[in-house]
Amino acid sequence: MEKKACYHCGDNCTDTTIVLEDKTFCCNGCKTVFEILSESDLTCYYDLQASPGAIPKEIEGKYDFLSQQKIIDKLVEFDDGNTQIVTLYIPHIHCSSCIWILENLNKLNPAITLSQVNFGKKTVRVSYNSQSFSLKALVIMLSSVGYEPYISLEDYKTGQENVNRSLIYKLGVAGFAFGNVMFLSFPEYFEVNEFWLDQYKHLFRWIMFSFSLPVVFYAAQDYFVSAYKAIKTKILNIDIPIALGIIVLFLRSTAEIIFDLGSGFFDSLTGLVFFLLLGKFFQQKTYSFLSFERDYKSYFPIAVTKIFNNEEVPVQVYDIEKGDRLLIRNQELIPVDGILINGRAKIDYSFVTGESETVTKQSGDKLFAGGKQTSGVIEMEAIKSVEQSYLTQLWSNDVFSKNKEDGFTTLTNAISKRFTIAVLTIAFVATAFWLYTDASKALNVFTAVLIIACPCAIALAAPFTFGNLLRIFGKQKFYLKNASVIEQLAHINTIIFDKTGTITSNKKSDAKYEGLPLSPNEEVLLKNTLRGSNHPLSRSLYDILEENNIISLDYFEEYLGQGIEASHNTQNIKIGSAQFVGHQTETEVLNTSVYISANNTYKGKFTFYNSYRKGLSKLFNKLKKHYDLVILSGDNEGELENLKKLLPVRTKLLFNQKPDDKLEYIKYHQSEGAKVLMVGDGLNDAGALAQSHVGIAISENVNVFSPACDAILDATKFNKLYHYIKASKSGIKIVKWSFILSLFYNVIGLYFAVTGQLAPVIAAILMPLSSISIVVFTTVATNIVGRKLK
Amino acid sequence: MSVIYILLTVSIIVAIIFFIAFIMAVKNGQFDDSYTPSVRILFEDELVKTKSKTITKNNNKD
Repeated sequence: MEKKACYHCGDNCTDTTIVLEDKTFCCNGCKTVFEILSESDLTCYYDLQASPGAIPKEIEGKYDFLSQQKIIDKLVEFDDGNTQIVTLYIPHIHCSSCIWILENLNKLNPAITLSQVNFGKKTVRVSYNSQSFSLKALVIMLSSVGYEPYISLEDYKTGQENVNRSLIYKLGVAGFAFGNVMFLSFPEYFEVNEFWLDQYKHLFRWIMFSFSLPVVFYAAQDYFVSAYKAIKTKILNIDIPIALGIIVLFLRSTAEIIFDLGSGFFDSLTGLVFFLLLGKFFQQKTYSFLSFERDYKSYFPIAVTKIFNNEEVPVQVYDIEKGDRLLIRNQELIPVDGILINGRAKIDYSFVTGESETVTKQSGDKLFAGGKQTSGVIEMEAIKSVEQSYLTQLWSNDVFSKNKEDGFTTLTNAISKRFTIAVLTIAFVATAFWLYTDASKALNVFTAVLIIACPCAIALAAPFTFGNLLRIFGKQKFYLKNASVIEQLAHINTIIFDKTGTITSNKKSDAKYEGLPLSPNEEVLLKNTLRGSNHPLSRSLYDILEENNIISLDYFEEYLGQGIEASHNTQNIKIGSAQFVGHQTETEVLNTSVYISANNTYKGKFTFYNSYRKGLSKLFNKLKKHYDLVILSGDNEGELENLKKLLPVRTKLLFNQKPDDKLEYIKYHQSEGAKVLMVGDGLNDAGALAQSHVGIAISENVNVFSPACDAILDATKFNKLYHYIKASKSGIKIVKWSFILSLFYNVIGLYFAVTGQLAPVIAAILMPLSSISIVVFTTVATNIVGRKLK
Repeated sequence: MSVIYILLTVSIIVAIIFFIAFIMAVKNGQFDDSYTPSVRILFEDELVKTKSKTITKNNNKD
């Protein structure tokens, strides 16, 4: 059979192909989206990009809470009774077709007046008439075309976020002043004692002075604040010589024009601030669609269904009280600790505890917040409120309120300590010398040294190197929170991995067959029986087995929670639990197994193993030479033997680790001087990720939730981890070379300064030259490093 | 009064006008999203194209 890709979403269309207007679709959902779009003349959606869509999900009843006024008020940014404006986060936004369709929403419903996409943030801002349309209708409409918004507890907050644009303003001010001052100071560089120049130079100088005022008092204020804080805490950081340089430049220039001694250094002053801010701006690369500060709130739903007087009413999660009856649908999250009342609970705790298997619960059993129900509807009774639940309590640990950067001395600050001392020494020695020989020049020399030694180039080296590395990593799907993570990463000596979801992949699993060999006929029957079942284990086993002929079964019956039975001709097969096939298990098995019997005789079992990520052993073998490796798993020891085979001998393996245990383990090793890199994925690792020096969250899909961390790594790039660490080390080397380069410029400058010959034109050439050459050097060098990564 | 005063005033005023325009642009959020507008600007043509296509299709049917 020829495989065809779905016209809407691009998935492979399996046996039941749905055709409409000679286009194939993989499911009715995709077909419906196509129908909706073609009705409204929006098929252009498919011209911009081939198969851009997503399969719409079942959402019945899921968004009932959006009809509650209290929740609407918290979500919309603007509401005057007539018009409402709301910004929704839609993870599926990924191509130009998405932008196009979402900005043409008014074609689907005329009540929508404006919709605007922010591609970087993956949000759409919609304003609509609230008389004829509602937030709930909007969300349902978006979901029906495959753009289901993600609404979580995190959105439930009042007030708009303030966007901090002060750096752009400051950069604008500095750039504006720099350009104008350059123009005004140019005549005096080369023409001396010319008639017209003499006539007007005072005017020019005072204009330059006024341009420099906003630069010193507004654009450069961060440096003064930072320098002041550093002095207060007795740390010599890079901002101290910078602030000193700016102050001296401004005071000396002002004094020069007041007493008509020269034209001052306003050009260098404004240029310096402009370049410094440019470096800051460059370093500030943020991935607006990712969040590194997430806690349980962005994982939790905003509301759940409560059963009140036999009626289903949506209730806001924070309003859940002890004793409330809650209804949890399939694929919904349990928001509070509670007791199961009725229904078949099969809870997936993988995100909370790291256990890979779903847990079956009987009525009366305790349910913990954070688990996801995976089969049918259940009813539960809350025994705690959200804030008091086990999972949310984890966030009250102090590691989450600590700022990691505080205790870390950056490379730049480490060198600036020596640099500042050296510069001050040179300044005083030179001044003392001139006081002795020619006292009139002493003050000139003192200020000149401080001006020329202003470490603009040093301050730029790290931002441009790490900023560029950040971008290169981002292109390789390794997203860092900020530039200092690169420095931290280069100093790591211990790497700790979580197991489930980190070194194993969530999607596939491997199965091994043990027992009597199956005859060809039995294999055919097995495969065909599995085809009929929708149980997750049947599906994955079906995918693993080889292709066979399709036969029609004479008899097929699925027993919920036990297994399946089928027959063809005279053959009969039973697939399912050990009990179901009539096999006695001698020992307790930790791994999930599917047992098979044919014609009532036991044949064997398929045992499922975690499927490890590609290149895992290779990665570990590379890492073992340089780092201590540890695996901390919340899961049981079922995989111990398998892991031992796979990983280097010296790897430490620890199982049954609770979230707190992981945190304590890291804390203990840190107290012994280890620099820890934690690689994890779920909420259960959140504490460990926060405690470690660098916490990397592995994510199969970077758009969905990942816990608070320093970096997010796309799962497909997991085997590149070693290369990223190596690249970070190269980054440190580049910064060190840049320091040497900029010291070279400083020596040249200091020669002019100490000998008392520093003319404004020399400063005006030397400062931009050193800055630009540092920028060029670091950019070229990091790009070479980046090329090696591919 | 020398003409240079007029020239200087004019040039600085022009510079300040541009500077204010920049500040206004930042304030309006034009620098918040630097990617989407670059895609959006290309859309107008496609919309027109599909419309004309559907029109011609209808004409053929008639």
